[in-house]
Amino acid sequence: MVRDYCHGRFYRGLLVYGLGGVFEMSLSSPLSRVLGSGSAKEGTDHWWMQRVTAVGLLILGLWFLISIAALESFAHDDMHAWVREPMNALMLLLAGLTIAWHSALGVQVVIEDYVRGPALKVVSIILNKFVHLFLGAAAVFAVLKVALGAPL
Amino acid sequence: MNTEGRPLSPHLTIYRWPITMTLSILHRMTGVALSIGLIAFVIWLEAIAFDAVPYDSVKAFMDSLPGQVMLFGWCLSFFFHLSNGVRHLIWDSGRLFEKSQANASSWFVIIATVVFTAAYWFMV
Repeated sequence: MVRDYCHGRFYRGLLVYGLGGVFEMSLSSPLSRVLGSGSAKEGTDHWWMQRVTAVGLLILGLWFLISIAALESFAHDDMHAWVREPMNALMLLLAGLTIAWHSALGVQVVIEDYVRGPALKVVSIILNKFVHLFLGAAAVFAVLKVALGAPL
Repeated sequence: MNTEGRPLSPHLTIYRWPITMTLSILHRMTGVALSIGLIAFVIWLEAIAFDAVPYDSVKAFMDSLPGQVMLFGWCLSFFFHLSNGVRHLIWDSGRLFEKSQANASSWFVIIATVVFTAAYWFMV
């Protein structure tokens, strides 16, 4: 949790780090400095994509809730017809993928914080990726089947 | 090396529990709840798309009391996670870091969550 509160200094940190690269001698190559990856080789990618998907979900999540609230019937054929609308199908595809991505990133942090032991931790993190990939693919598959298939 | 009995720096339990800590753990808990909600979301999509997952059974469960409690929980979790997520994005821009601001924004998030959830739940 502590890490969450440190990220606010990211931009200032980036500035200081950038200037440091200009004024200080460093043994790392200019490429590795600009990539900012450090020894973890991952850099800020996890953190950054969590933010990007969060902003995406702000839009997609509110779209979903408002659209669902506007529906008059939740009967099977009405829902099928609703998902079949191209704009709804497109937004549902984006929503399914973005939720799965954001959720994968979030649950990974929870695993990293609470799962003890390196072996169990690595297995849990890989399993987490598989489960989320499966859920994202399943959502895409279902929406595509409805959108590209025949009306009910 | 003996690591027992060493002095420790003051830990969580020594502080009066601040509201910011409640929000911090709630952000994580609602996130996990919403991840479980993702499974329900996918089952719902599969039920719409495929006959193998009976849509009427899924709908019947969601209309039942346990189903409604779960939906309300996800609704509450969504609005909390969204409101507090925006708070995190503001922090990422380097703003609202003062203790008084963090406390005030905590209450703002709680009020926003209650208002949004109530408005949405009774609107549908």
